[in-house]
Amino acid sequence: MATYADTETLRFPRRADWRAGVIGLGAALAVLGMYLAVLGAPTERTMGHAQRIFYVHVPAAWAGFLAFGVVFVASVGYLWTRRRPWDLAAHASTEIGVVFTTLAIISGAVWGRAAWGTWWTWDPRLTTTFMLWFIYVVSLMVRAYGGAGNQTGRFAAVLGIVGFLDIPLIHLSVVWWRSMHPLPVVVRAEGFGSGLHPAMLQALLVNVAAFTLLYVALFGIRRAQMAATDALAARHEALRVRATPGSGGRR
Amino acid sequence: MRAYIPSTGTRVRAIDVAELTKAFGPIHALRGITLTVEAGDALVIFGPNGAGKTTLLKTIATLIRPTTGSVRIFGVDPRTDIRLRARIGMVSHQSYLYPGLTGEENLLFAARLYGVPRPAERAARLLETMGLRARGRDPVRTYSRGMVQRLSIARALVHDPPLLLLDEPYTGLDRQAAAVLTDLLAAMRGTRTIVLTTHSIEQGLALCDRMAILVDGLVAYEAGNGTRDLPAVERIYAECVGAPA
Amino acid sequence: MTALGAVRHLLWKDLLLEWRGREILTAMVVFSMLVAVVFNFAFSPSPDDAARLLPGMLWVTLAFASTLGLSRSFVLEQDHGAIEALRLFPFDPSLIYVAKLAANLLYLLAVEALVLPALAVIAGVSLRVVVGPLALILVLGSVGLVAVGTIFSAMSVHTRIREVLLPVLMFPLAAPVLISAVRAMLGILSGGSLGDVGPGLRILVAFDVIFLVVGYVVFEFILEE
Repeated sequence: MATYADTETLRFPRRADWRAGVIGLGAALAVLGMYLAVLGAPTERTMGHAQRIFYVHVPAAWAGFLAFGVVFVASVGYLWTRRRPWDLAAHASTEIGVVFTTLAIISGAVWGRAAWGTWWTWDPRLTTTFMLWFIYVVSLMVRAYGGAGNQTGRFAAVLGIVGFLDIPLIHLSVVWWRSMHPLPVVVRAEGFGSGLHPAMLQALLVNVAAFTLLYVALFGIRRAQMAATDALAARHEALRVRATPGSGGRR
Repeated sequence: MRAYIPSTGTRVRAIDVAELTKAFGPIHALRGITLTVEAGDALVIFGPNGAGKTTLLKTIATLIRPTTGSVRIFGVDPRTDIRLRARIGMVSHQSYLYPGLTGEENLLFAARLYGVPRPAERAARLLETMGLRARGRDPVRTYSRGMVQRLSIARALVHDPPLLLLDEPYTGLDRQAAAVLTDLLAAMRGTRTIVLTTHSIEQGLALCDRMAILVDGLVAYEAGNGTRDLPAVERIYAECVGAPA
Repeated sequence: MTALGAVRHLLWKDLLLEWRGREILTAMVVFSMLVAVVFNFAFSPSPDDAARLLPGMLWVTLAFASTLGLSRSFVLEQDHGAIEALRLFPFDPSLIYVAKLAANLLYLLAVEALVLPALAVIAGVSLRVVVGPLALILVLGSVGLVAVGTIFSAMSVHTRIREVLLPVLMFPLAAPVLISAVRAMLGILSGGSLGDVGPGLRILVAFDVIFLVVGYVVFEFILEE
């Protein structure tokens, strides 16, 4: 069974190369994506330039949900195997997921303000993203305030699984709720390929790819950091034990 | 009380711990314990606070999963068979009792969940044996510490387990109560397997067939000859723990 | 001893303890009544508004009241190490989940039986005609609340911020229950039939089934060390 001392710190310098590569590629795509979003894509008919926030909002939301999918898989993996690397993956993905989801909500609010004059609407997709944000935050709270040792990891894993299964139900219930109170302005340009101009779709996809790569890079870095912290804690513990008299074992 | 020494040709060890480690996060509570206990033996485990005595006992009781290594109780891995728990009784430093229920109800609850036949009778008989019959209908919150201890032991015995584990049972007991406990355990020797952890070397030695000293998650000393030489053991203990002689 | 037998004995213990002390039910009922009164101060609903606000007020009250019961229900196992003792018995630890869930469901339903009529009277809304459909929504919603609540109560009792963590954990995840139950009740109170609120009912049933199963499966991971 993997213990804290088994984690990968000593290999960190070699692994840095692939992460740098991913960041580089992601950054390049992001630059291209921003160019297409701001200058390349045509202006939307009803909302004008404000609509361009869409090219940040949708990829950020996508990355947020992708991160949660990874949390789910890592959580299942951790409960199944009880090996620490899965716990680290779940933790890292939770942190990165919060970041992207926060970005998605803020950009969604800004877009709403610019397009419809109000900072917040209970649009189903935005609401579900907001609930996902809450579940992320609560997950981090559990990790911060949880019990000792292995418990926090297991609790967070349970939350990751329960939360993931809950998201579709949350979405369905919000959709039903909003169907009774339709929004004053219905936005149709959000769906993939549902009436999107090809140039818009292209810009969107480039940005989605960029955000995905950024997620992968950030996830990898954060996970390696956590593994290093683990290894450091294990070293501390080993030194403490060696320093204590009488702990040399059987006579 | 039935005798539990197996009369079959193959002797099954009561407890077989091999290379057991347990880590709570970065803290290694147990760092490689290998220990065996034959059926009918009484093992006493000494050790300073933080040595891992409670962790070891709880792992044997199947409450804690090992990180690495194996534990076998009567030849069975607890992770594979949950019914093994019916053969283990545990007395913890927590009472395991519900203060809002009476002594009788606490025993009845435990008896039912262990699947003991005729639970009410069993509960009544145990209360009698422990000298608690008069207070059996009173809520446990009205009991003294000694009475709580006696009821905890009764509860651990309600299903007549061949293996009894006790975690620092002498803590907080006055002289008289401690004597009662020692008598009780002495009467069980040979028929039940007992594992006991304690701070009191004197009381532990009075009971044991074998002793072990646990320090920082490892067995620092082990003896199997039922030694009663208190000063000698105290000297060995001081050496193990690293205190100045 | 069968699984059903184990659950029965566990439930007997919980109900007996509650009957002796009546702490949980008293706290839940008093709290619910107070919240109902506060809501009426806050909104001062006219008779027309009252029917529209009643479902929301009811479910907010129930959501918070349920956390009281759920929290107490595991705290009583924490003292004196009773939860450890339960883990020593030779049965599947998930049965503890079933028993705790059943006990808390009974407490919640008992509270609802008192609070709903009281709220209706205070708000001046007549419920006689629609008691059946409302009861169905109440039961489905309560099962959902308690199904997730029991999971997180077992978790939060081990943490440093026990009572605070439980609602924080529960409410985002119980959102589908709260949204669907409130909307379904609104539909019924404004003259609709059960068929009209079908989608909401389906969501409630799906939620209940999914989280009863998930709770049963993950519970032993919460209890183990």
